[in-house]
Amino acid sequence: MSTHQIHVTINGRPQDATVEGRLTLCDFLRGDAGYTGVHVGCEHGVCGACTVIVDGVAVRTCLMLAVQADGTKITTVEGLAAEDGTLHPVQQALREEHGLQCGFCTPGIVMTLAALTQAPQKPTADTLIAAMSGHVCRCTGYQGIRRAAQRLACEPAGETAGGAA
Amino acid sequence: MNAPETHKGERTDRYIGKRMLRSEDARLLTGRGVYVDDVGLPGMLQVAFHRSPIARGRIKSIDLSAARELPGVYAVLTAPDLARRCKPEMLSFFLAAPVVPVPLLAEDRVCYVGDPVAMVVAQDRYIAEDAAGLIVVEYEEEDPVVTLADARTGSLVHPGTDSNIAAATGIEELDEDLEAQLNNAPHLISIELKHQRISQSPMETRGVVAAPQGAGELTIYLSCQGPQLAARWFAQAFDMPQTAIRVISKDVGGSFGLKGQPWREEVAVVVAAMILGRPLKWIEDRLENLTSANQAREQEMTLRVAFDHDGKLLASHADYGLNNGAYPQGADSNIAVMMFLWGAHKLPTFNFRARGWFTNTVGLAAYRGPWAIESLAREVLLDRAARKLGIDAIELRRRNLITRADQPCTTPMGLQLEDISPAECLEVLLEKVDVAAFRVEQAEARKQGRHLGIGFATYIEPTAGSTGVAVLISESAHIRIEPTGKVSAVVSTHSQGHGTQTTMAQVIAERLGVPFEDVAVYEDDSSRGGYGSGAYGSRQAVAGGGACIRAADLLVDKIKRAAAHLMHAKPEDVSIENGIVRAAGPKAQSSSLRAIAEIAYGEPDRLPEGMAAGLEAQYRYQPPPITFTSAANACIVEVDTDTGFVKIKRWVTSEDCGVMINPSVVEGQIAGGLAQAIGQVLLEEISFDPRGNPTAATYKDYLLPAISDVPVFEYHHSAAAPSKAEGGFRGVGEGGCIIGPPTLVNAIADALAPFGELKLEFPLTPSRLLAHIEHRREIAEHAAPAPVASTPPPPPAPAAEAPATSPPKQAGGDSPKLQIDGDWKFVLSTPMGPQAFTGRMKTDGDQLTGVFIMNMDEAHFTGTVTGNHLKWDLKVTKPMSITLKYEATVEGNKLTGKCKMGIFGSAKLVGERI
Repeated sequence: MSTHQIHVTINGRPQDATVEGRLTLCDFLRGDAGYTGVHVGCEHGVCGACTVIVDGVAVRTCLMLAVQADGTKITTVEGLAAEDGTLHPVQQALREEHGLQCGFCTPGIVMTLAALTQAPQKPTADTLIAAMSGHVCRCTGYQGIRRAAQRLACEPAGETAGGAA
Repeated sequence: MNAPETHKGERTDRYIGKRMLRSEDARLLTGRGVYVDDVGLPGMLQVAFHRSPIARGRIKSIDLSAARELPGVYAVLTAPDLARRCKPEMLSFFLAAPVVPVPLLAEDRVCYVGDPVAMVVAQDRYIAEDAAGLIVVEYEEEDPVVTLADARTGSLVHPGTDSNIAAATGIEELDEDLEAQLNNAPHLISIELKHQRISQSPMETRGVVAAPQGAGELTIYLSCQGPQLAARWFAQAFDMPQTAIRVISKDVGGSFGLKGQPWREEVAVVVAAMILGRPLKWIEDRLENLTSANQAREQEMTLRVAFDHDGKLLASHADYGLNNGAYPQGADSNIAVMMFLWGAHKLPTFNFRARGWFTNTVGLAAYRGPWAIESLAREVLLDRAARKLGIDAIELRRRNLITRADQPCTTPMGLQLEDISPAECLEVLLEKVDVAAFRVEQAEARKQGRHLGIGFATYIEPTAGSTGVAVLISESAHIRIEPTGKVSAVVSTHSQGHGTQTTMAQVIAERLGVPFEDVAVYEDDSSRGGYGSGAYGSRQAVAGGGACIRAADLLVDKIKRAAAHLMHAKPEDVSIENGIVRAAGPKAQSSSLRAIAEIAYGEPDRLPEGMAAGLEAQYRYQPPPITFTSAANACIVEVDTDTGFVKIKRWVTSEDCGVMINPSVVEGQIAGGLAQAIGQVLLEEISFDPRGNPTAATYKDYLLPAISDVPVFEYHHSAAAPSKAEGGFRGVGEGGCIIGPPTLVNAIADALAPFGELKLEFPLTPSRLLAHIEHRREIAEHAAPAPVASTPPPPPAPAAEAPATSPPKQAGGDSPKLQIDGDWKFVLSTPMGPQAFTGRMKTDGDQLTGVFIMNMDEAHFTGTVTGNHLKWDLKVTKPMSITLKYEATVEGNKLTGKCKMGIFGSAKLVGERI
């Protein structure tokens, strides 16, 4: 099995590691690096639970190898809230809108919304909701997730067409 | 809309009914939850399973040599390796013994694709999977029994059983009087319904970390529905003291019925950890979850209903079959379907036949509202009847639903109703949905070739039901005011997303009169606090909430008496508000709870004489046997007749779940259930090819609803009335998944009514709907599987029927006394699973006297003897008043017979002389 030296920055902390070629990025982040907030839901890129931000872009870590992350800056869900515990606006919106129940899919949803809302151009509610169609939540029926997306786009709830309304 | 009312620190010790933000969310939103895969222990090894690639066959040989030689592999184990240590009994959720032995790993036969054959223990999961792939198993393959039709005629799934019927209730023979009623009625409406198999699909799959602690103790981290029940299950299955087994389940990523009890893989990992003396971890991957975790819902039903000229119900019969797979988590013919099918309707006569069948597929487990097909069948049939009879579908329901004014009353199935309200929920719904305006819009749209439809459904749901189920009877709460004045509570509830750490804290804070933020609820560790079943049957608000109220009230009483003594006041003048204890009267005083707690723990001599030190209270609450939640839903769809796609345009709910602890949590439960209902009707399907190979093994084949499939739901709670349980709560966990399917199917059927009646085969995929629209039946039909049985089928006699149909033998030369008198042990196959008990029988001429002994309770009976044939009646009052009619035949030291349980049909009885 081939092994590789990688250097990554995770949540602002630089880290060197030796990884097998076949090690997925999610298994590296969870196992070797200890960021267990990265959740593995399907291992084939459908559910979105394992999403993190790699160099500013939301990425499914079950579809990326650790060796491919060499030289990148990675943000996981552990890296969003402020040191004093103040939640990131995405986390706060999901909390206030009851956008989670079991919490397993939540880190991926948080990271996709965080990646889109930190982009220079402010996304519309429709953009955020369309992005949410790439995340599976089995608990909430997406009601609070849709309201959080609408709130993050600064549009009052109920005024946008939403995903299916 | 639905803006949360946040708590801002003002005096607000009224929390029940408030949309409090969830305590769980801070950790779950920041990646600090602890799910089972987040647990790591020193020396921990990883497990992967080698699974059967065929649905049925005999294992000829297993070659483990290549797997064992792979560097990093610690052990490779098969069934005999585990059995040398122990062979735990795979109990049902009710802790009953299984009807066929369930091996942890396949022994000499494999029974479904995915049946675990061997387990690899290695230093990491990658190596474990590599090694599992190096195991070579030779099989003698046999033709599998896959579908319900196969099960009726195919060879025995479990050689040695007398048929493929895993469980049966109801009456096997048609009831002539009922048939006459049905056939002579002014209108007879029938439907045949075929429901697909569903994967519960929690986003977190199953998983376990098992860590032996010394010689005789275990710590088990488990993704489950309740650590207390899991610990009790392991203790009974392993015959170990429950205190020696600590089950920890901090955060669980959904369950929906799948994780109600430990099953083969989890238990195999625990046994292997005991053998190897090392902590072991197994995390199910999604392929395993979709193919080898137990599943639900594959069922067929024929429902016949007779109506009079006015559309009033006269009589009904249901014939029901449920695929139990090879190893069900409790063999089941699903008696609840029959209990609740006509539970809310004025129906004079009902009878049924229900059977659960063994097949060579992965076994049956629970899924949110396991009996939900009753609502689907009933509500779809009512709409169809309305169209046939020319009566408005709402009006038809009004003529037949039991209203509050009709209660109390008892249904033909013996349900005692006091406060159901589906009719009242329907009236609230109709205030919100303008049906007349919709019909105008629908007619206009049809002129443009657009097909809109509206669907309605009503239902009742048994919540916190515990009738006859020992494991569900009570829930416990232990509340402690700590010396700091903060409150900690250990409650036997458990959350897999339910938010019980929040809702139980709301109940406790309100009843104690303390700030919500001061209450911490713990429910994740079986070694803290007492037994409770956790999340099962929409029960936690009712049973857990009631326990919290009663425990808090005990504690308030103690605080008041202690404070009155300390403040020289009367207990009735003491009040607690926002954590401050006040004594009213001429010399008003106040104190913090902390000051009183410090005295209670540190200076108990200052407490009233005889009062125990400390400030804590414990209560185990037994709620009423059932509380009922009622609801009515409506939805509006548009079906694109060019593509067969269904767009849900509006969905309105009206429910009565009693007093709500947290409306946001209630609505979250309703919405989650409705989304699953949408998946069930339109998208999700676990299917098999004729050889039993699963054809949906990824989320690209098994389609879960996405945000784009689920509309905004509208909620209306104004029909609600408190239940008789403590706090007035009713449960709400499963309802959306029960009422959602008929609501949506009725809307689609209404939209497509111009094309004739829908074929009720689910899911209603675009291709099936298009075939219906275009009258291309050949596509709508399932491709008929090739016949698979190669051996002549045994007669499909139901298990319960066989023995008693043989004519009674006349007494021969042997004295019947020698054959019958004495001590016996019996097993009765009840709808709740097999029940074992002992008994004694004595004959005197043709008279029989006897006693059954179970749990230190004796039931005496008298009957008759004809040769070796016995007959006796036994009146019981629990779970309901019923006369059990027994018939049995004694042959040597064996007894076989049946017990007729009134409307519930027959149960098989076997006995053996002790």
